[in-house]
Amino acid sequence: MRQIAAIFKKELSISFSSPIFYAATFIFLVISGYFFFSNIAVFNDYSLRAASNPYLSDRLNLSDMVVKPFFGDLSIILLLMLPLITMRLYAEEKKEGTIELLFTYPISDLATLTGKFCATLVVLLAMLGGTIPYLIILEIFGTPEWGVILSGYLGIILMGGSFISLGIFTSSLTENQIVAAVLSFGALLLLWMFGWARAIAGPELGRILEHISLVKHLDSFARGLIDSRDLVFYFSFIFFWLFLTLRFLNSRYWRG
Amino acid sequence: MIIAEELTKYYGLKPAIQEVSFHVNKGEIVAFLGPNGAGKTTILRILTCFMSPTSGKVLVDGLDSRTDSLDVRKRIGFLPENVPLYNDLSINRFLAFSGSVKGLKGEKLKDEIERTTLICGLADQRDRLIKYLSKGLKQRVGLAQALLNDPPILILDEPTTGLDPAQIIEIRELIKNLGGERTVLLSTHILPEVSQLCHRVIIINKGIIIAEDTPDNLSENIQKKKGLRTLIRIDGPQADVRNKLLSIEGVSQVVEGENKGEFMVKSVSDDKIRPIIAKTIVESNWGLVEMRSKDISLEEVFVQLVTEEKGDVES
Repeated sequence: MRQIAAIFKKELSISFSSPIFYAATFIFLVISGYFFFSNIAVFNDYSLRAASNPYLSDRLNLSDMVVKPFFGDLSIILLLMLPLITMRLYAEEKKEGTIELLFTYPISDLATLTGKFCATLVVLLAMLGGTIPYLIILEIFGTPEWGVILSGYLGIILMGGSFISLGIFTSSLTENQIVAAVLSFGALLLLWMFGWARAIAGPELGRILEHISLVKHLDSFARGLIDSRDLVFYFSFIFFWLFLTLRFLNSRYWRG
Repeated sequence: MIIAEELTKYYGLKPAIQEVSFHVNKGEIVAFLGPNGAGKTTILRILTCFMSPTSGKVLVDGLDSRTDSLDVRKRIGFLPENVPLYNDLSINRFLAFSGSVKGLKGEKLKDEIERTTLICGLADQRDRLIKYLSKGLKQRVGLAQALLNDPPILILDEPTTGLDPAQIIEIRELIKNLGGERTVLLSTHILPEVSQLCHRVIIINKGIIIAEDTPDNLSENIQKKKGLRTLIRIDGPQADVRNKLLSIEGVSQVVEGENKGEFMVKSVSDDKIRPIIAKTIVESNWGLVEMRSKDISLEEVFVQLVTEEKGDVES
């Protein structure tokens, strides 16, 4: 446990002293702020029109019109930004040679991986923390449903965790950070696109592809619904990629 | 303490080392000596569990490096080649990280950081970021992390490469002081380092061990093969002296030296020949200005062994 904490602290120190974190967080907050603003603007416009048309006012709902699309927007920006955060985790250690220290210290690969994953999760939380003021604005000027917001955040964190686990895997494959980022971004985008596959792949295959799409499982969270199927999906996804990373790291013992 | 049995490692189809076997006893300082690309780093990386051999095994204190990797790693302090460090951390933070990973905590961790930074001369630099340190200081930080938790075995991959002469002397002195109780294994291609530091040397070329002995024994053996060499300075007629020296039984070659009156006499490897040479000169009424044995240096041993190896392979 102490060893995991040591890796965790080291990773956090390095992440928070790296310009990549600040650049990615800055862009993340600017774009998510813009999306939030545009969601509010649409809602505003809708409210004005609803004032003269009572039929429309039935559909006026902050959760559906602002909060849900906002989490959808966040997931897209994270898809772009998280590969930049995860790309260095193993690739940089390989490039700089510090992997030689890590692999010759008396620490298991599992402990190293756990420390790195948890630290990156904290980095994700720090990025998401920057979006809380937007929701406070909502609270000041409206009456948002906090249950939906919390469930949305849980979904985003689980999805972010999935992005991170895949990003760690691609980072363990190469010593080139750009290659790691491109691989992880490409794989995530592909998994993302599976969500729209029904139209192309036909109903049977489409249904399967939809199930492994990362975006579909966020929907219910963003609507305030915590479904065990989605939880199982995200946890399995995270464990699957972490497991593959571990197997790949372990392979140095038998690859000879 | 360390037993390596028939280690072979292939990178793709190319063998980096082949059937390398050796042992290192407790408290010994042993050097791997070899030209660049000889396989020194590969051997050290296998010993430190960084990679596995294609075949063969390593036992450290009776523990197999493949199956008891974590226990083996606990016993080893390793300074990798080129000293990779986390540049964005300060020395203090980096050592705290290394110490925690090695299982130190609380006061013990603080004491160990204190001790190792003191030994490595980093005590007043601890808050500096590693990326701003000079090469020499980085080398010391690398050494400090290897010393944390006082491991019984130290493995140092080219510990003095890239340092200036003053730093090299300091680091060598440091390594010498670290010996004693500890077992130290180092790799180098710098020959004086070996004769100054090590009890035993393993010479490796193209992935194969070609000699293993103390530096003195190695020189002696080569000397026996190549014959004894004596440098003499004589005040007398050059040509006569040469002929007279050649006429002594056991002298195989006499080469005139750079300075006037200087001769390099090659003879059979027998110490009795020197008094005979001296007697001959004195009896001829020439002045014997200087006479000293010209020992074979480790450089010559190394070149001789590597060339012999080449010759063997070619023939």
